Amino acid sequence: MAYKPPNQGKIGQVIDVIVLLALTIGTLYIPLWLGLAGAAKTPAPIENPTWETLNQSPVAVERWNALGFADPASANDIITARFDYSFAMGELLIMAVVVIGYFFLIIRLSGKEYHEVIAEKFGSQK
Amino acid sequence: MSQTTAKSSPKISLLRVLGPAHVWALGVGIVLVGEYMGWNFAVGKGGAYAALIACWAAGLLYTCVAMIDSEVTSTVAAAGGQYAQAKHIIGPLMAFNVGLYLVFAYTMLEAANAITVGFLVDTVAGMSGHSGIDQRPFIVLSIIFLAWLNYRGVLATLTFSLVITAFAFVAIIVLFFGVAPWNVDSPLKHVELLGNQPALPYGWLGVLAAMHFGLWYYLGIEGTTQAAEEVRSPARSLPFGTMAGIITLLIAATLTWYVSTGLMPWEYLGQAGVPLFDAARLSGSTVLMVILGIGTLFSTLASANGCINDASRAWFSMGRDHYLPAWFGAVHPTYRTPYRSIIFLVPIALIFALGAPLDQVITFSIVSGLLGYTFMPLNIILFRRKWPLDTIKRGYVHPFHPLPAIVLLALCGVTYVAVFLGYGTQLVSMVAFYIVVSLWFHFWRYQFVSRGKQFTMPWPRPKGY
Repeated sequence: MAYKPPNQGKIGQVIDVIVLLALTIGTLYIPLWLGLAGAAKTPAPIENPTWETLNQSPVAVERWNALGFADPASANDIITARFDYSFAMGELLIMAVVVIGYFFLIIRLSGKEYHEVIAEKFGSQK
Repeated sequence: MSQTTAKSSPKISLLRVLGPAHVWALGVGIVLVGEYMGWNFAVGKGGAYAALIACWAAGLLYTCVAMIDSEVTSTVAAAGGQYAQAKHIIGPLMAFNVGLYLVFAYTMLEAANAITVGFLVDTVAGMSGHSGIDQRPFIVLSIIFLAWLNYRGVLATLTFSLVITAFAFVAIIVLFFGVAPWNVDSPLKHVELLGNQPALPYGWLGVLAAMHFGLWYYLGIEGTTQAAEEVRSPARSLPFGTMAGIITLLIAATLTWYVSTGLMPWEYLGQAGVPLFDAARLSGSTVLMVILGIGTLFSTLASANGCINDASRAWFSMGRDHYLPAWFGAVHPTYRTPYRSIIFLVPIALIFALGAPLDQVITFSIVSGLLGYTFMPLNIILFRRKWPLDTIKRGYVHPFHPLPAIVLLALCGVTYVAVFLGYGTQLVSMVAFYIVVSLWFHFWRYQFVSRGKQFTMPWPRPKGY
């Protein structure tokens, strides 16, 4: 016999919408807002910078000027900013476990649901 | 798009009117903005040459995507693209996740486009002596205006997009010919700008890291499959149109890299908000500057427009299937658009457009796209296993299976590490989001979903079931 899903009332639908919004904002936006996520790129400005100490060629200096950076100090942060790619192997492993675990979880749970779909569509196998 | 209500209206079949050229235009149209902004963060992550290597490696990734997706889509020729594929091949929870990948990849791209509009207005205002203007009204206005266009109807929306995309595409070609690289007095100075710097400032680790934003050159090209039900000859048009789109973007991306790195220091390019507009400014030609300024504005608006269209349709489809509250599965009685889905996604786009930096919003879009690409090799392997080649007629059979799936999976693995380098917390928070909503779906929402109705293709029972 085909599965007959229950009808969801308006209040239930509103609650589901609120839950979805809360999950979206809670897991994606709040970490950004709290400064917990984002680019690990930090400037390392040098003292009393000159275009030479910033390793900029004459053509590069001309282009910096055309872009609105009239002196080396104004471009100091941009030129010296670098990503810090040092990481602990444990962090990489956590990332791998989270991503692989996520796909394992959805393939497994989807498989259970898929059995129900196929059984209802084609009938149960003897 | 199929425009039926969740409850009672009959399903209207879509007209098969599109050829390979349309498929090509659909793909290139939504992705073109990647040439105007965002790709250059790959330069910031690894240096100029690393960005070029990442551009080509990402091209290989997308070639695998196109091969795999063409086979499945030419067989599951139903509106909804990967969402419909996942329902038939892996199961409802996977389909729910794939639907969310589409929604978030496109909604975050929409937010990124709006941020770029604000940045462009600020840059132009600064050049005319009005620096420091508030960008927020322009961001809000862009999103609200495009949402309103989508609310009113798809025809006007797509016509609007087509015109402004064509302009933005021509603008890139005009810039290339405008700087005339073959001329001795060309403003392009690669040797002077890159010659006294280390070729790879972060070493080969930087090349790996650059792969993160390398995806941005092509992200969204797989959207061509959304039109599967409207293509005249899916077996021919989808693979041909999609592959032609990728080749076009590969050439355009290489040209964009070549012009930009020859005009500005890589340190500036690596963090620029509107790199092609900046390139035009540095070319010394006012005409080029105006054309590329308009091109940037048009490409972002066209892309945001397509994003609202695609994200709202994916959200609507999930509402219609009761994966989400059925309230979202309604169609506007006059305009025949999924108006509730369009309206619902507006505040989400606004929150991120107003409250997060461009590179982080782009990263959310890329991670959602990346999760979708990871799904594809799993999808094709299970597709071939459940329905071997002799069991159902395929529109197109991609060659060398399972090699493209293995290469794609490996490149996805590399890109996860690339995102992890510098943006690890964002990667984990996004995957955590998908884990939590998956548990919510499986243990709560799935009770409202009809089981047998999830499978609509006229195929035999899958092998092993």
